[in-house]
Amino acid sequence: MSISIHKRLLTGNKALAEAIALEMESDPNVFVMGEDVGVYGGIFGATEGLYQKFGSTRVRDTPISETGFIGAAIGAAAEGMRPIAELMFVDFFGVCMDQIYNHMAKIHYMSGGHVKLPMVLMTAVGGGYNDAAQHSQTLYATFAHMPGLKVVAPSTPYDLKGMMISAIRDDNPVVFMFHKTLQGLGWMDQLDYSIGHVPEEAYTVPLGKANVVREGKDVTIVAIQMMMHRANEAAKQLAEIGIEAEVIDLRSLVPLDKETILESVRKTHRLLIVDEDYRSYGMTAEISAIVAEEALYELEVPIRRLAVPDVPIPYSRPLEQAVIPSVEAILDAAKQLVQH
Amino acid sequence: MGVPIEKIEWMYETMYKIRYYEESMVNIYAEGKSPVFNIGAGTVPGEMHLAAGQEPAAVGICAHLKREDTVTAPHRPHHNAIAKGVDLNLMTAEIFGRKTGLGRGKGGHMHLFDPNVKFSCGGIVAAGLPHAVGAALAAQMKGEDWVAVAFIGEGAANAGAFHESLNLAAVWKLPLIVVVEDNAYGISVPKSASTAVASNVERAAAYGIAGYSVKDNDPITMYEISERAVQLARRGEGPTLIEIETFRYLGHFQGDPELYRNKQEVPSLQKRDPLLRVEALLKKQGIQEIEIKHMQERAIAQVDAAYQFARESDYPNATQAFEDVFVVGM
Ligand SMILES: Cc1ncc(C[n+]2csc(CCOP(=O)(O)OP(=O)(O)O)c2C)c(N)n1
Ligand SMILES: [Mg+2]
Repeated sequence: MSISIHKRLLTGNKALAEAIALEMESDPNVFVMGEDVGVYGGIFGATEGLYQKFGSTRVRDTPISETGFIGAAIGAAAEGMRPIAELMFVDFFGVCMDQIYNHMAKIHYMSGGHVKLPMVLMTAVGGGYNDAAQHSQTLYATFAHMPGLKVVAPSTPYDLKGMMISAIRDDNPVVFMFHKTLQGLGWMDQLDYSIGHVPEEAYTVPLGKANVVREGKDVTIVAIQMMMHRANEAAKQLAEIGIEAEVIDLRSLVPLDKETILESVRKTHRLLIVDEDYRSYGMTAEISAIVAEEALYELEVPIRRLAVPDVPIPYSRPLEQAVIPSVEAILDAAKQLVQH
Repeated sequence: MGVPIEKIEWMYETMYKIRYYEESMVNIYAEGKSPVFNIGAGTVPGEMHLAAGQEPAAVGICAHLKREDTVTAPHRPHHNAIAKGVDLNLMTAEIFGRKTGLGRGKGGHMHLFDPNVKFSCGGIVAAGLPHAVGAALAAQMKGEDWVAVAFIGEGAANAGAFHESLNLAAVWKLPLIVVVEDNAYGISVPKSASTAVASNVERAAAYGIAGYSVKDNDPITMYEISERAVQLARRGEGPTLIEIETFRYLGHFQGDPELYRNKQEVPSLQKRDPLLRVEALLKKQGIQEIEIKHMQERAIAQVDAAYQFARESDYPNATQAFEDVFVVGM
């Protein structure tokens, strides 16, 4: 990263709101709708200040009617609008999944490419603050599984802004997941990495490009959002005992940047994948399969994966802590891989 | 006025218990969250939706229910649970995430299940309504006179599940009562901005079922209308919707800055507090001050004991996170 003298620091939520505001200024077709996105500014602050700037026509509070307004975003997008619809928590996907799975994802294909849906479905993901089974999931794989949806999950304020601008400008439907605890909100856990340098102007970060956030030669750790930050913490501690971990921030699930992963595995010959989603049939399985198919003989030891161990997210603190991969769990797994 | 005095006493004591429970929770929830508020910290972490002010909806109908009747509730469930007779100790332990809780600490405040009194609630808006339809269907198929009551907020009445459920209950003539607690907001969005009709009673009519509205958070009217609705359902004469104007004294959740509502709003609602009104009614009916004091003391003692039970209970072991995903032995 380049050194700049004047670092302009923003929280994740402000970076997101700034990205949306810039695009709304430059394109009258961009508008936002969702529950409490207006005066409240979004429960997780992703639309903070937009209502005051653009008014209620372009920043629309909706009734609790997700099938209705997400379906309406699809309909408006087909007419050339560029809607950003916010699903307050990803967990609420259930009430509107038909619109997402059968329509948003498939209309471009079924129309033989004649209909485009340049829309963003923005949604909050993640646990770790005891909100229990219906408000703590990430569901990365649930969305990434369906062909036709781009699915991104940025981890830093810089990427949140740059990838949101890319998502709005993309002619494909994009599921844009932000992590609640990386928004830098005053009422959640205050984490250093929820604040970061964000340039003032509009810029883009490509969808589908992973980021090597730490270089190392001994083991590759692939992760996304909160698990990437935990992997990075673990990597710092590994460095103290002489293990150099390479940490890859996936940033995007679809498209998936296999090359960056494979290249790293060819260098380190050891792979740990960490996910805040469920273990089975998920991101860790997908990446394991890709590496097995394309770089199996590069591996010196079997792949390790850490994920939510196929249980719903429990409420009670000790239970939740046991199922979401921790820095310690990542540290142990990485050590075992290297000392195998 | 035909409400038996014992019922008014029960409603008063239960409302008092609910109010004291919720007000105590305001303080307990704040424990461990200062000087910096962090939703995941403290004695009780996670989201917390409290129902102080919304007691009349719960007691007015639960006064007519028996153990076999089903109740489903949404994300703001404590008043509904207490009025239905959910075990207060086990419920509180659940909210504290302890292993003695209703769900052994797995559910938390939005996910309380007490099959003993057929109570459940959940965190997805409007989701409990179809479950109540199913309970009503089961009662009908079993030939029992049980009823099912679904509590929902006025915001939930714009969800598809609401409309599908009303039609289903109507077309099958199910013993269902939908209680819409209209506290004027769905989080920050006022009813007028989310709902195209002034009253959900109009929607009941559209589905061909009986609909009543209760004004001004009045527990006595709620009691009387509920009596009719429950009798109708028990006789197999189909569903009813009751919408009650109620008061949300606190934020949508604890920690809500409430910038969307006028600071005068809650104090003006509190002038018409339903507890004060029922207390005045009790006195008018000849109940002595000392008897009212006894009711309050009983309620306080029960709530205090529940909080103590929860505090003294242990947390589950981490290994328990892996239990209960599937039925054992199947
Ligand atoms: C399907 C779904 N959409 C959105 C939410 C987020 N949410 C939780 S409570 C709430 C407002 C509910 O309003 P209302 O039904 O009036 O109940 P109240 O909170 O006022 O008691 C919203 C939007 C949710 N839990 N589930
Ligand atoms: Mg409401």
